[in-house]
Amino acid sequence: MKNLMDYSVGGIAFFAVGFALMMGTTAGMLVGTDGFFLLGESYDVGTALTWFFMMVFCATAATIVSGAVAERPKFSTYVICSLVISAIIFPIYGHWLWGGGWLSSADFMTELGGGYGALDFAGSGVVHAVGGYVALAAVLLLGPRIGRYSNSGKPRPMPGHSVSLIMLGAFILWFGWFGFNPGSTLSAHELRISVIAVNTNLAAAAALAAMFITWIKFGKPDVVMTANGAIAGLVAITAPCAWIAPWASVVIGIVAGFIVCYGYWFIERHGVDDVVGAIPVHGFNGSWGLLALGLFADGTYGNYATEAPFITGLLYGNAGFFACQLISVVVSFLWAFGTGFILFYVLKHTTGIRVSEKEELEGLDIGEHGIVAYPDFVHAKSVSGREVS
Amino acid sequence: MKKIEAIIRSEKFDDVRRALTDIGINGLTVTEVKGHGKQKGITQQWRGTNYKVDLLPKMKIETVVKSGDVDKVVDTIVEAAKTGNIGDGKSFVIPVGDAVRVRTGEDGEEAI
Repeated sequence: MKNLMDYSVGGIAFFAVGFALMMGTTAGMLVGTDGFFLLGESYDVGTALTWFFMMVFCATAATIVSGAVAERPKFSTYVICSLVISAIIFPIYGHWLWGGGWLSSADFMTELGGGYGALDFAGSGVVHAVGGYVALAAVLLLGPRIGRYSNSGKPRPMPGHSVSLIMLGAFILWFGWFGFNPGSTLSAHELRISVIAVNTNLAAAAALAAMFITWIKFGKPDVVMTANGAIAGLVAITAPCAWIAPWASVVIGIVAGFIVCYGYWFIERHGVDDVVGAIPVHGFNGSWGLLALGLFADGTYGNYATEAPFITGLLYGNAGFFACQLISVVVSFLWAFGTGFILFYVLKHTTGIRVSEKEELEGLDIGEHGIVAYPDFVHAKSVSGREVS
Repeated sequence: MKKIEAIIRSEKFDDVRRALTDIGINGLTVTEVKGHGKQKGITQQWRGTNYKVDLLPKMKIETVVKSGDVDKVVDTIVEAAKTGNIGDGKSFVIPVGDAVRVRTGEDGEEAI
């Protein structure tokens, strides 16, 4: 239901407001100003293409929150959250990087970067870090699920409903990423697309470092953390995938595997109950992806083009571009965590954001939606029409 | 008539069923159950944290037999279900008052 909201409520919000703020004519490099409801000049095949592509990014950013907050927020809270992320939080930071805003295009940024400002090929920052840090704010204000920590504050695992579905989800995401990253060339005859596909796969594979970490640490390869690891690698490679060499993808993936394990255990120890591990997977590794681009860009590909200026990172002598990426990391955290915190803080003190203790213990299915996941076949009235009770 | 209620290891179910078929016991009711006796549970792992599950999955086999067959059936189940380790399960024998076959209305030992 929550993810359905991200594509419906969120999709309409992005259509009405978000897209204009993100991709419209910029006002002071801070916010876009036209294209509301795709009216006027936005009613155009090229703009519609961009809208559709960006809408999927937008919904992806919003869905990240749903996994982190599961099993305790009010459904109405989530609908509002999806609306605000899609109308404001995602589009504004998106404008700064992808809509001609200050992070990518302001004079001081392009001078610092050496002809280009901060970059993010397919959204480690714009999509994943933004979603991950809104999720962090939401989880902090919601508090952990009942029973997630012992009275002495020790974390207790609450295993998910189906390990098979977790693995299936990981496979679907891995496959879907080939739409995200290679697709972000926005044209199938862009030659760089092959390198992007290779890099995407290599990083996901190398992030199975997460599996070896749990294997060495606990004696057995942890299934769920391995799935988290693969996604972490994909998140981290999303920003740099077009601008780096394949060997660098492997390095980025391995680091992503460490970040997801130790990031998860770190926040878990500090009382942050992130149900699916969205904060380390999308937040921390989103930031790592932006930094990795600033480190490993090797000057073989331009600014979404095969012509100069070619993008180079710190390891290839361009410290300025690394600084640009560092600024982008800090800004994405401050923006997403800050706006997310304000949003959930205001909701917490007005409508409330969490279901009652009774409802939480019963499970939210009946309380929020009036049905259980596996409905019963026994009705009060039998099929032959006679009252049973 | 007695009902034999045997709780056994899930992985031994096929062996037990085959053994019962071999001695002519065809009527069975089988339920997947959870529980524990002396066996104290198994440790599982979730994102690197261990936790203990002390209600373990077992199979419960119920079959109603003529009083004279009880020893043979129980011995067959015990022999087929045994591994010698803790957690092999238990078999209970329960008296049965009557039995009725729904299709024909026959009752008593004729019905089983």
